[in-house]
Amino acid sequence: MIEIKNIYKSYKMGNSSLQVLKGINIEIAEGELVAIMGSSGSGKSTLLNILGMLDVADEGVYKLDDVLIENLDETLAAKYRNKFLGFVFQSFNLINYKSALENVALPLYYQGLNRKLRQKTALDYLEKVGLGNWSSHLPSELSGGQKQRVAIARALASQPKVLLADEPTGALDSVTSNEVMGLIQQINNEGKTILVVTHEIDIANMCKRIVTLKDGVILEDKKVKQVLIS
Amino acid sequence: MNSLKIIFDWDTWQEIFGSIAKNKTRTIITVIGVLWGIFIYISLSGSAKGLDNGFERQFENIAMNSMFIWAARTSIPYSGFKVGRSPQLKIQNATTLKQQIPEIQFIAPRNAKGVFGSIPAQVVRKNKSKPYNIYGDFPVYTKIATKKIYDNGRFINDEDIKYERKVCVIGERTQLELFEPDEDPVGQYVRIDDVYFKVIGVHKFIQGGGFETDGDIFIPFETYRKLYNTGDDVDWFTIAAYDYADAVAVEKKVKQTLKRIHRVSPEDERAFGAFNIGEVFTKIMGFAKGMTFLSLVVGLATIFAGVIGIGNILMISVNERTKELGVRRALGATPGEVRMQIVLESVFLTTIAGIFGIILGSFMLAAINLFTIDKTDFPYTNPTVPIPLVLGALLIMVTLGTLIGLIPAQRAVSIKPIDALREE
Repeated sequence: MIEIKNIYKSYKMGNSSLQVLKGINIEIAEGELVAIMGSSGSGKSTLLNILGMLDVADEGVYKLDDVLIENLDETLAAKYRNKFLGFVFQSFNLINYKSALENVALPLYYQGLNRKLRQKTALDYLEKVGLGNWSSHLPSELSGGQKQRVAIARALASQPKVLLADEPTGALDSVTSNEVMGLIQQINNEGKTILVVTHEIDIANMCKRIVTLKDGVILEDKKVKQVLIS
Repeated sequence: MNSLKIIFDWDTWQEIFGSIAKNKTRTIITVIGVLWGIFIYISLSGSAKGLDNGFERQFENIAMNSMFIWAARTSIPYSGFKVGRSPQLKIQNATTLKQQIPEIQFIAPRNAKGVFGSIPAQVVRKNKSKPYNIYGDFPVYTKIATKKIYDNGRFINDEDIKYERKVCVIGERTQLELFEPDEDPVGQYVRIDDVYFKVIGVHKFIQGGGFETDGDIFIPFETYRKLYNTGDDVDWFTIAAYDYADAVAVEKKVKQTLKRIHRVSPEDERAFGAFNIGEVFTKIMGFAKGMTFLSLVVGLATIFAGVIGIGNILMISVNERTKELGVRRALGATPGEVRMQIVLESVFLTTIAGIFGIILGSFMLAAINLFTIDKTDFPYTNPTVPIPLVLGALLIMVTLGTLIGLIPAQRAVSIKPIDALREE
């Protein structure tokens, strides 16, 4: 599903440049649930941004679902993101003046679906994350766990090939963290490829494979025994 | 998605309504800026138009391109004559002037008693008696200055001149003062300076320039001549030039010709006096045009200021919404779609504000009109703004709204989604 070879990325900081990724190679098959581990500054977020086409690598090859991702301009990147990827952020990033349902329907709007279909699909996904009754609520009326579930529903609504979750439990307590991870596991079990960036080993252990980054290189890449949530 | 589809897509508008409704105070304050601009624009240009109409009404009963010419005193000795001679205009001069100056459309020699210091005539009817001004006129006079005659009456005609008939056209006030309220003066007789005249009409008095009043009595020129023994003398000429002619130039030519006839020095500026309505009218209309132009400039400048306000507010709102816009782009909004949304927000706000401004401005004009509608001496009539000007203003606003909206829109897309998302 995902194939990256020799990814390099550096950021210019004044006169010097900071090498963040120093040759990353990963292959991720369809249906995997991969945790990308590492302390802050290890390059895990940069890697996720490159995978999410929010950022472009200096060097290297990136293939997504056998499509070579190159020469991205913003418009093309936006189309690929919409078609291939679903994002879940640490801070949820729901649009605060839109109801849960409208938030979930937003990527479908950018796909050009008609209104009825959008509403129906969005409601299906809200029900899938257990928030069917909360569809008309604004994000401010939802708890942290609920917000993240809405965000997951939104990420899934466009039926992406890959779900990218950047510290999805970073802003949640352990109970709701488990709820959210349970939901991620459930979605993975239905066949979706998911990448989770985290610095918590507990969360990483709930995935099927852990890639550990340190100082811009892969330190370890191993399959683990998945800790299942109930 | 192509741009036309975006504009006519209900969802686009829902997105825009959503983000506009999100911050009501901001929206209202923004809208007031432009609303005020278009309100000022409509009120000002409507008032300017009202002034314009008002001035035109003041002149509606006299030909725009007309003038009065009279003889005064010479100021330069010439051809053996001393200074201070008073040339006497003659009825024959009218023919000469008409022949020699092709720009003259109509020329009406006039005599009058009661104006320019002469004594008015005593007019008697039954036991009532009053002094009134008497004018000796040709029918052609009505071609220059309209005389509205009440029903079943008429003005002096060529037959009256030819047969030197003793007929007269009296004024509204004359009728009021000499006749009973239920009496029809037409066909009755009045005595003017001891001669009986048959009343053939009552003229309606129209305010506007000149020295005529609502009590004036008009009699045929030839009858006047007999009555007062004026011979070929004429007090003054009323002249109307063709529309294409320049009134000032015609006045100059008329004076030149008269100077030649009456052997006055060509350099003598004082021998003949003139009052040039064409010149005055041109000046006043020039003033009105200036007002219209000024109101246009002020109005447009105010609109411009309002639109800049919208741009400013949108700029701030884009900064506030950096994160939201980042999320939208992560979810698949292309830069074009984001740009389009911001621009449409700007255009939408401008247009709504504009429409409300036009409505308020119209109410304002209607109110002013209501207060000035019976004030006939105040030069202000029917204040309107031509539809093309209104539509033009709307078009300008939409264009400016688009252009101004492009600035925050460009800023919105210039932030990379990754930076936008990182912002806390």
